[in-house]
Amino acid sequence: MNSAESVKTPVADVLVGALVLALFSLLLAWATRGPHYAAGTGTIRLAWSALPQDAAYSWLRMAAAYLLSLGFSLVYAYLAAFNARWERILIPILDILQSIPVLSFLPVVLEAFIALVPGSRLGVNLASILLIFTGQVWNMVFACYHSFITVPRDLEELARSLNLSAWQRFRLLELPYAMVGLVYNSMMSWAGGWFFLMACEMFSLGNRNYQLEGLGSFLQTAANRGDWGAEGAGLVTLVAMIVAMDQVIWRPLLAWADKFKVEGWQAEGAGAHSAILRLLRRSRLLAWAGHHLWQPLGEALDQGWARAGRTARAIPGVGAVLGLVRALVVAGLFYSLFAALKDAAHLLAAVPAAAWGTVLAATAATLGRVAAALAISAAWTVPVGVWVGLHRQWSARLTPISQIAASVPATALFPGLVALLIHLRGGLAVASVLLMVLGTQWYILFNVIAGATAIPEDLREATHLFGLKGILLWRTLILPAIFPYLVTGLVTAAGGAWNASIVAEYVSFQGHVYTVFGVGALIAESSAAAHYPLLLAATATLALTVVGINRLVWRRLYQKASQRYTLS
Amino acid sequence: MPASPAKGRTEKPELLLRLLGVTKRYPQPDAYDILVLEDITLDIWSGQFVALLGPSGSGKSTLLRIVTGLAQPSYGTVLYRGRPVAGPNPHAAMVFQTFALYPWLTVQQNVEIGLLAKGVPAAQRRAKARELISLIGLDGYEDALPKELSGGMRQRVGFARALAVDPELLCMDEPFSALDFLTAENLRSELLDLWIERRIPTRAILMVTHGIEEAVFMADRIIILSKNPARVIADLAIPLPYPRNRKAPEFLHWVDQVYQIVTGVEEPAQPTVEELIQPGPAGAKLAPIPAGHPPMLAGLLELVVDRGGRDDLYRLGAELLLEVDDLLPVTDAAELLGLALVEQGDLIVTPLGQRFVAASPAERRAIIRERLLDIPLFRLIHRVLHSKANHRMGRDFFLDVLEGHFSPAEAERQLDVAINWGRWADLFHYDPDSEQLYLAEDQTGPA
Repeated sequence: MNSAESVKTPVADVLVGALVLALFSLLLAWATRGPHYAAGTGTIRLAWSALPQDAAYSWLRMAAAYLLSLGFSLVYAYLAAFNARWERILIPILDILQSIPVLSFLPVVLEAFIALVPGSRLGVNLASILLIFTGQVWNMVFACYHSFITVPRDLEELARSLNLSAWQRFRLLELPYAMVGLVYNSMMSWAGGWFFLMACEMFSLGNRNYQLEGLGSFLQTAANRGDWGAEGAGLVTLVAMIVAMDQVIWRPLLAWADKFKVEGWQAEGAGAHSAILRLLRRSRLLAWAGHHLWQPLGEALDQGWARAGRTARAIPGVGAVLGLVRALVVAGLFYSLFAALKDAAHLLAAVPAAAWGTVLAATAATLGRVAAALAISAAWTVPVGVWVGLHRQWSARLTPISQIAASVPATALFPGLVALLIHLRGGLAVASVLLMVLGTQWYILFNVIAGATAIPEDLREATHLFGLKGILLWRTLILPAIFPYLVTGLVTAAGGAWNASIVAEYVSFQGHVYTVFGVGALIAESSAAAHYPLLLAATATLALTVVGINRLVWRRLYQKASQRYTLS
Repeated sequence: MPASPAKGRTEKPELLLRLLGVTKRYPQPDAYDILVLEDITLDIWSGQFVALLGPSGSGKSTLLRIVTGLAQPSYGTVLYRGRPVAGPNPHAAMVFQTFALYPWLTVQQNVEIGLLAKGVPAAQRRAKARELISLIGLDGYEDALPKELSGGMRQRVGFARALAVDPELLCMDEPFSALDFLTAENLRSELLDLWIERRIPTRAILMVTHGIEEAVFMADRIIILSKNPARVIADLAIPLPYPRNRKAPEFLHWVDQVYQIVTGVEEPAQPTVEELIQPGPAGAKLAPIPAGHPPMLAGLLELVVDRGGRDDLYRLGAELLLEVDDLLPVTDAAELLGLALVEQGDLIVTPLGQRFVAASPAERRAIIRERLLDIPLFRLIHRVLHSKANHRMGRDFFLDVLEGHFSPAEAERQLDVAINWGRWADLFHYDPDSEQLYLAEDQTGPA
C-alpha cells in the first residue's frame, strides 16, 4: 500500500521475490508432510445470545494479532532502519509480502499450525490469528521504518553526544518519534482486520472446512443460510464494537499521541481532545501506578540493559560465540534458500502452460476491475471531498459521520449486495467492483478532504479576486493543490483493491459458490481446493503485477507530486 | 565584577583540546572528494572562551562535531587532555542552534537526559536538574512541554541540559542565531555572567558563530575560518575587558579588524572551461558563485553610489540590519562581476559599477550578461546551448559537471544560483517542468 520508499535496485527485488516464494513453498512442503488432522469444525449458532461471546472471541483474536503485529513491526523496522545490510534485504521483502493477499497465506499458515498443534482447535485459532496478522502488519512496519529513518538529525546527534545507550535512544527518541504514525497505522490495521475477518475465521482447505466461533463466522453463516435477521444483528454488533473502540481506544490514543508531534512546534488546529483521556490523566490510581510501577520499571530496564551490555563485553568469548551463531544462521538460511528454490521450481513446474495463460488473463481481468473501482471512487470522492474540505464549517460536522461510515467493513455488507445483484446478468462482476469501491473509496475521500483543507486561504482569496471559476478554477488551483494527496489516496486504495479481489471475486452465498473470472478468484479457489501449484503461480503473478505497477506508475506519480505540486 | 578573564580565572591554564592537522573530506562515488576542512591545527586551553567564526557553509559546524566526537576526521588527530577522542567525548556537551529538545519530554526530563545516560540514580538526577533549571532562570517551568515555551526559554533548557552533565568543554553551535534580537542579547549576557563569575564548572567554551559582533562581544579568542575548504586564516586574542560595551571605540575597532579579515579573503583563481569539464582530483576547482540576489546587488550599489561610491561594510550591514553572512554573498557577487571592490572592510564601486547604477533596467541586464560570460560556468552553459541544434540541454548535464567540484547538494544550489543569474540577465531560460536550460529565439545570436 505504501510505495513512497526510496528506489531500490530491481535486481534486489527479483532475488528477494524468488526468496519469498521459495520459503513459502518450503513451509508448505514441510507442513503438508505432517499428519493430517481431521477437520475440527465448530458449529456456528445463529442465536442472538451467541453474539456477545462471538464478538469477544473475534476481538481477542484481533487483539492477539495486533500485538503480534506491533512487536513484529518494531523489531523488523528497527533492523531495517539501523542496519544497512538488513535494510537491503528486509525492505524489498516487505514490498513483496504486502502485495500478497491474505488467502495466499492460508494454506501455509493453516497446515503449519495444524502440524504443530495437531488434534486441537488451538492450531486453527493460531492460524486464524496469523492470517489476521498478515492483513494488519505491513503498513505498520512501513510506518515505523519511515519514522525511524526520518528522526530529526539534531535530536539524534543530541542522543549520541550525551552517550545514550541504544535502549535509551529507542525509549526516549525513536519510539516516541514513531508514535504518531504508529497510532494512525494501528487504526488502519484494525480496519483492515475487520475487513478480512470473515475470510480469516471461516475457510476451507481441500475437503476440510474450518469455522471458528466468532463474529466473522456468524456473519458468513447467516449470509450462507439467508438468515437476514441474524445478519442484521451481527452487523449491528460489529458497528457497535467499532464505534466503541473508536471512542474508548482510538480517540484517547490520538489525543495522547498529540504530544509526540514534532514538526511546526505550534499546535496546528485545535488538536485532538478526548474526555476519556482527561479522565485517565486525572486518575489517582494511574498516577500512583505511573510513579511506583512504571518509572521504577523504566529505571530497572535502563540499568538492566546497561549491565547486560557491560557483562556481555566483559566475558571473553561472547563475541566468538555470537560470530559462530551468526555463521550458523547464515548457513541455515542458505540451505533453506536452496531447498526452497528447489521446491518452488518443482511446484511451478507442475503448472501447465495453459494454466499460466489463464493466470495472466485473470490478472488482467482483476487489473481492469481495480482500475474501474479506482475510477468510480475518484469520480465521486474528488468533488465531494473538495467541497467538504473547502467548507470548513461542514467538514467539522461531516468528518465524524464519514469516519464511522468508513469504519464499517465493506465485506460485512457484501452478502446483501450480492443478494441484490446475483440474479442480474453480470451481477457478481458489478458487485465485486462495488465491493472494491466500498472498501477503498474512503482512503481517497479522506486524503482529498485533507488536501482541500490545506489549500492556503491567500491562494483561495487571490483566485476569488481574479474571478476564476469552473474548469479554470479546478485546473489552476484545486487539482494541483490536491494532487499529492490524491496520489497518496489512490496508492493506498489501489493496494486495498488488489487485496479485496480475493473476497470480491469469490463468494459463497446461500450454499453456492459464485465466482467471476479474476486472479483473486483463482487464488481463493486454488486455496480452497488445496491446489498449491496454481496458488503459487497466481500469487506470484499477482505480487509481481502489484510491485511492478507500484514501481512504474505510483512511485513516479508520487515523485512528480512531491516535487512539483507541494504547497509550502 | 572581574575586569578581565585573566583576573577572573587565576588558575594555571591547562591544555584541554588539541587538534592536529584535522582534515575532513566527503568521498564521492566519482572520486572527486569534497574537502570540507583542511589541516586544522589548534589548541584550546582552560579558561578560554573561543569563537569559531566563518561564513556559513565553511565547515565550522563539522569541526564542532569532530571536537565532540560526533563525527570523525578523515585525517588528523583530536586529543582531549592528551588522549585521542573516539566516540562522543564525555567531557564535552553541546548546545544546538535548533535547541534539539525532545518535544515529548518535559523541561525537567529534558534536562535530566544526560544524567540518565550516565546512570545517575533518580533522586540525584532530579535534584541536579532542579538546581540547573533554577540557575538558568526557569523555575516553575519544570513540568512544561517544550512547545509551551518561547524560543529563548527553549534555548535556556538547552543550556541547562548541557550544563547538567558538568562538561569541561561547552560546545555551542550558533546558539543564539534562531532567537530574536532582544532575547538573544539577554541570553548572551546571562551566559557571560555565569561564565565570568564562574558559577558553572565549565572550563572552556567553544562557540561556532557567523556573527562578528557576537564573537567580539563574547569571546576572548576568535579563530577565523576560510571557506571551501575551511582553513584557519586568523587566530586573534581579544583583550577587551568584560563586560564589553558595543559602543566603545575599542570594541568597534576590533569588530572592524575582524570584518577586514573576513571580507579580505582572496578567492582562488577561476579555471578555464576546458579545466571545468575535465576536473581531476588535482585539477583546478571551480570557485562557487555567490548566492547574492540581483535586485539586492543593485540596491546595495545604488546606496553606496549615493554615499560617494565608498562605504564601510560593517556600518552598511548594521544599517541594513544584515548579518555579515547575508551581506557577503552580495558583495562577493559584486566583486565577481567587477562592479565593486572590497578593500580594508570598505566597499568601493568601480567605474563599471557606476555605469551599472546609472543604466536603465535593460542596459543593466546587458552589462551583467556580458560580465557573466567571463565566468567559466556561464561560458560553459552558453557554449553548450549554442552548439546544440535545438538550443536545449538538460539540467542533469550541468549538474554532472558541477558535481565534479561540489557536493551533490551544493552542486544543486550552485546550478540554481546560476539559473537565477542567467534568467535575470536574460542569458538563457529554464523550464522547471522539463528541467531543461534553453535559449529563446532572441538569445540564439552570437554573444
